[in-house]
Amino acid sequence: MSFINYASREINCKIVYYGPGLCGKTTNLQFIYQKTAAEAKGKMISLATETERTLFFDFLPLSLGEIRGFKTRFHLYTVPGQVFYDASRKLILKGVDGVVFVADSQDERIDANIESLENLRINLKEQGYDLDKLPYIVQYNKRDLPGVMSVKELHSELNPTNVPEFEACATTGEGVFETLKAIAKLILIDLKKGK
Amino acid sequence: MSNPTLVMYDEEFQEINEVIGRLLKEANAKVIFLVDKNGQLISGVGETERFDTTSLASLTAGNIAATGGLAKLIGEKEFSILFHEGEKDNLHISIVGGRVILVVLFDNRSSLGLVRLRVKKSSEELSGIFEKLLIKSEEREKRGSADFPFAEITDDDIDNLFS
Repeated sequence: MSFINYASREINCKIVYYGPGLCGKTTNLQFIYQKTAAEAKGKMISLATETERTLFFDFLPLSLGEIRGFKTRFHLYTVPGQVFYDASRKLILKGVDGVVFVADSQDERIDANIESLENLRINLKEQGYDLDKLPYIVQYNKRDLPGVMSVKELHSELNPTNVPEFEACATTGEGVFETLKAIAKLILIDLKKGK
Repeated sequence: MSNPTLVMYDEEFQEINEVIGRLLKEANAKVIFLVDKNGQLISGVGETERFDTTSLASLTAGNIAATGGLAKLIGEKEFSILFHEGEKDNLHISIVGGRVILVVLFDNRSSLGLVRLRVKKSSEELSGIFEKLLIKSEEREKRGSADFPFAEITDDDIDNLFS
């Protein structure tokens, strides 16, 4: 649910990065944070455990510039990926405008990917959303690692609805901004036609 | 979609700022913020420049969401007031009209009792304004989207954001 403020001429949208534990959601945000000009970003907040696992969420506010005189702001959130944090994940999906599903390309993580994707669908449904109607992108992360599944295999397991998909390596930043741009664009197009 | 887009117009924005501006004085508070339940900052008055308002808004909403989750687990609808006591500064967080969050930051120049009392009065006024806003948005939506700023955007406009 975006927030349009005619008084301050701003539009705010919420993007959630979803995916199994250790798939690289936080790393995506960290890369975006590092590579964004200081004036375009706010402080990045990470509510994490002592071992740097996300406990509640990471948050990164980005300001992309103006469209038709309106400042366009995107609030990026990640969810905690570990299975037992499901109650927290549900909360973060509230008011979401677009979802990026970050998949771990490693062969042994395919079951975790599938489980997380099902969990995303269920949790969205509980909030009254339908994943097939939301702006939604899939990112195949960790393409640099040995023994990863082919994009074709990942596609058939994780992207049956053929939404835009990107290969990425979040640690080096490959594919990170492409993913962000694609989801931001889908959200703006959705805002345009949704009215 | 489960929630309609929250739209804020000049008239209501001013009304809201008047109410929270008055609350700031009457409650002797340092800063007051209004935050959407999804973590978007709606407005703030007082010493706002001293704080990272965007982060504050997001964490407040996270806090309300988490305690709301706790409330449901024990069979409550929500916890409508949260109070955080610090060494110098305190936070009084309350839910207004079921939809927005009112955050009052105050120190020992005020007291919890005074803040609670004043917040209660202002909350009723704010609820009224947000209700009006909702009706207004719905009416505008029914009439069509002629004044919606994004109705006319082109692919080029969107691409330019990323150039």
